[in-house]
Amino acid sequence: MNVPTTSASTSTPIIAIRNLQKSFGENRVLTDISLDVDKGEVVCVIGPSGSGKSTMLRCINTLETPTGGSVVVDGMDMTDLDLDIDAARTRIGMVFQSFNLFAHLTVRENLTIAQTKVLRRSKAEANRAAEANLAKVGLSEKMDAKPGSLSGGQQQRVAIARALSMDPDVMLFDEPTSALDPETVGDVLQVMRNLAEAGMTMVVVTHEMEFARQVADRVLFMDGGVVVEAGPAKEVIGNPQEQRTKDFLSRVLNPGQLG
Amino acid sequence: MSAPSATGSGGPTGPAVPLATETPKAKMSKRQKAKLSRGIQYAILIIIAILLVLFADWPKLIDAFGRVDIAAGMFPEVITMALKNTVIYTFLGFALGLAIALVVALMRLSSVGVYRWLATIYIEFFRGLPALVVFLVMGFGLPVAFDNFNLPQLVIIMIALGLVSSAYMAETIRAGIQAVPKGQVEAARSLGMSSSRAMFTIVLPQAMRIILPPLTNELILLAKDSSLAYILGSSVDGRELAALGRAEIVNTANLTPFIVIALAYLIITIPLSYLSRVLERKYGSADSGVK
Repeated sequence: MNVPTTSASTSTPIIAIRNLQKSFGENRVLTDISLDVDKGEVVCVIGPSGSGKSTMLRCINTLETPTGGSVVVDGMDMTDLDLDIDAARTRIGMVFQSFNLFAHLTVRENLTIAQTKVLRRSKAEANRAAEANLAKVGLSEKMDAKPGSLSGGQQQRVAIARALSMDPDVMLFDEPTSALDPETVGDVLQVMRNLAEAGMTMVVVTHEMEFARQVADRVLFMDGGVVVEAGPAKEVIGNPQEQRTKDFLSRVLNPGQLG
Repeated sequence: MSAPSATGSGGPTGPAVPLATETPKAKMSKRQKAKLSRGIQYAILIIIAILLVLFADWPKLIDAFGRVDIAAGMFPEVITMALKNTVIYTFLGFALGLAIALVVALMRLSSVGVYRWLATIYIEFFRGLPALVVFLVMGFGLPVAFDNFNLPQLVIIMIALGLVSSAYMAETIRAGIQAVPKGQVEAARSLGMSSSRAMFTIVLPQAMRIILPPLTNELILLAKDSSLAYILGSSVDGRELAALGRAEIVNTANLTPFIVIALAYLIITIPLSYLSRVLERKYGSADSGVK
């Protein structure tokens, strides 16, 4: 598995994954994943469902506990049992496929609750951050709405604003548009595009090939728990070298045609 | 009471009884059959009513259960003391039961096996015991077993009712917690909340809407179970409804006090069951609010 997953840059990567393994009982989901992400880099992870890409992402903030290897984010060894994992997670924003907005709270409370309770920010300070980030995703007028009254795309944008309100160093996106109605996908992708342009470090598990091609600095193709191919977006998507990558891309890019 | 007509007939759109369609005699339409079925049910009701009116010994009945002078004599104590004590016992028992139930429910969901195990034993034990037994053990068993077990009556009643109700409520709370989608905890944890903070600020408030209607029902059951306090005996001003009713029956050699305390229980329980229905309507359909 000599896939070059490290970028050419010489600075210390903000995310360093080494020989990551994850099994659920007998079921081996991740075999041996290594990946470096530099500050400000956007990495898109593509691959068929069940390839382990979401599990890999969830190992970065240890929502899934790795069974082997190491994950270092911003100098913090996430697998170290002595690490204050809650403090570490405040620096890693995460956006979920199913949004997971707190259903009993308003948008404002969704955006401020962790700021005040975890970061111990004052109410005023938390509100300022909430307002700024909600404006960033274009939903300022929804500040006092309940999540249930928003469309899926709006909920996902609020979820992005919620993660951003913690001022994270890294943002993880777990198939952020897969649960959305097609007409709301564009707004969410636009927000992510803006975020990438503003220099946020992002790891995005996605099925949006066009987004990956345009926005990602690097694309990883995963299948069967390993990274099959990795490199600049245009190369992996435009000119794949591995047969498995070619097969996957032809299925995804031409869904109407039979293999 | 027109309840039987609604439950029994299945209504005009209900499924036809297969037997009826197989017999050659059954030439009636569904509508006619429904009409006949309703008619039979009303007839039964009317016959029972007529039998009651004709054969019950009304003067004797009224003399035993409906003596207005005896009923009037129970006021105002039945309200100012007995009803008040029943309400106090119920709410104290409920508060204690809720606190125990929350702890037991969290133990039930703990990642520590021993906690889960203890919680299961607790729930099975107290759910299986009649409330009467709990009262007898608390009131008479423990003072015999331990010399210095000398708690005030009020505390004993509170503990007994708390123990009786906690097992059911623990199961209710556990089910409510488990009904909150897992993604809510994951989102909270990803924002840096500890698992206990996620539980108390994110999961439990959402579980409440699922838990509230059944907890209100438990409160009704508990109001009725509080009547068992009478077997512990009590000071005159510590009497709740059942104790007062019993004392008055002995005093007056008449059963009218039963009717009075029955009505007094309904004063507590009917508003509660109304509240339970309102809560159910308000929260019942809104599962998690996530579309």
